[in-house]
Amino acid sequence: MSARRHLRKAGEALLPWAFPLAVVAVWEATAQAGLITPRLLPAPSAVAVAFWESAKSGVLLHHMGVSAGRALQGLAIGGAIGFALGVLNGISRPAETALDSSMQMLRNVPHLAIIPLVILWFGIGEEAKIFLVAIGVAFPIYLNTFHGIRGVDGGLIEMARVYGLGRWALFWRVILPGALPSVLVGLRFSLGIMWLTLIVAETISASSGIGYMTMNAREFMQTDVVLLGIIIYALLGKLADMLTRALERRALAWHPAFQTAEARP
Amino acid sequence: MTADAFLRRRFEGPADLHLFEGVDIGGIYEDVETRPPVTPAAAAGGVGLPVSLNGVTKAFGSRAVLEGIDLDIPAGQFVAVVGRSGGGKTTIMRLLAGLDSPTSGSLAIDGRQVRGLQPSVRLLFQDARLLPWQTVIANVGIARSPGWRETSRDVLADVGLDGRENDWPSVLSGGQRQRVALARALVSRPGVLLLDEPFGALDALTRAEMHQLLARIWREHGFTTLLITHDVAEAVVLADRVLVLRGGKIALDVAVDLPRPRGEDVAVEAARLHAAILAEV
Repeated sequence: MSARRHLRKAGEALLPWAFPLAVVAVWEATAQAGLITPRLLPAPSAVAVAFWESAKSGVLLHHMGVSAGRALQGLAIGGAIGFALGVLNGISRPAETALDSSMQMLRNVPHLAIIPLVILWFGIGEEAKIFLVAIGVAFPIYLNTFHGIRGVDGGLIEMARVYGLGRWALFWRVILPGALPSVLVGLRFSLGIMWLTLIVAETISASSGIGYMTMNAREFMQTDVVLLGIIIYALLGKLADMLTRALERRALAWHPAFQTAEARP
Repeated sequence: MTADAFLRRRFEGPADLHLFEGVDIGGIYEDVETRPPVTPAAAAGGVGLPVSLNGVTKAFGSRAVLEGIDLDIPAGQFVAVVGRSGGGKTTIMRLLAGLDSPTSGSLAIDGRQVRGLQPSVRLLFQDARLLPWQTVIANVGIARSPGWRETSRDVLADVGLDGRENDWPSVLSGGQRQRVALARALVSRPGVLLLDEPFGALDALTRAEMHQLLARIWREHGFTTLLITHDVAEAVVLADRVLVLRGGKIALDVAVDLPRPRGEDVAVEAARLHAAILAEV
């Protein structure tokens, strides 16, 4: 009984990997059989070799570090602005009246459409990329923070007032935790936009970063490095999502949706 | 039966201690044979605060929900307010809690005219209104007054939730949640406790348990209590005095001079009162 349960648990853990592994296996087999040209699609083993070599020389780590740095700086700046505006408009009606319609208007401009303007303003330096990422991530966080705060149960706020909570305590202990599930959903949306923006920005104008690495490889027909870049983006995206999920599990441990038998505070 | 008849009965009764409401009579009556097991006056203990409403009117737009209510509640008295929905029950409670202000008239607590939220007044809502993201003990100590952990632990033990301090509210039953809410109200040692149909959503057995708990806590703490309920039986079991609110006015004001704890021995008298009150609702 217990052995079977262990087996089933192991199966459940492995199942998400079955499909990607199968795809890689078929891909490798067809490449080895000479059915696809290595120039268009190199074998997974060739990508693995490219990974090993660029990792060994430190090039890969350098580019990854640069990309991750830009991503995080943009997220920090844009996230902070979106969060601050979401909080402000969420708790203050006059602020909402003054700012929300502008935010809605700006939100509907595809932020990648302002790349020419950004290049005119900042050139092709770091600021341009960080600016684009910041613009991209600010809106989902703004929107979800705003709606999260508006969605906080009015009964709880009334209770907190009756029990003598001041403004700060009300915000920190009632409003913010109540809005947090929504804020974290905004964060997860933002992470997707963060990578997307960065890829685009780095392929257009950069002299370092994963996007630059792949564009550079394209010039020299190093298809294996191009594929490596794409796979790295996928892995970084997955990593970011895993981190937010872990954050959610920790921050929302009180939420029935995140409760398991052993999850005690 | 009219209010006058009740009043007459009250003042004729030999064991009527309402006259000494709020006064610590200590052991004066210890040897009086006719004394009921626990009298409201003896239970008051001086912690409760007297509450009075003077000509209180509350109107929403042109519709008056309360019309010139005059009411004096001595310190430590347990008053139940019954009435149909829309009769102004919740409004009177929200005024006392300071969540709304009267259109005209005034409220006084402990002899001082008050306006707005009062630290001495605590309110138990129909739904427990616990913060789902805080543990039981953090909910009880919501005001984070110095030493809140110890005080909260003691009060939780008092309401029968020993060992549940670190649970999330979402794993508690409806009755347990109301116990937490009661503990949260008691932590600050309120002079006035307002209860807005707090047991309405509970099953009959849990409700009976909560009645016993509330009666015991009230006896020990001695706060002035105003219980809003649509359940006349609940009012008769718990209160010293029952008010019927009808059309924004007090239609009936009767004393419930039954000995406590109110078990089977007072069932006949309770049933008679129940019928009399119900006729006025």
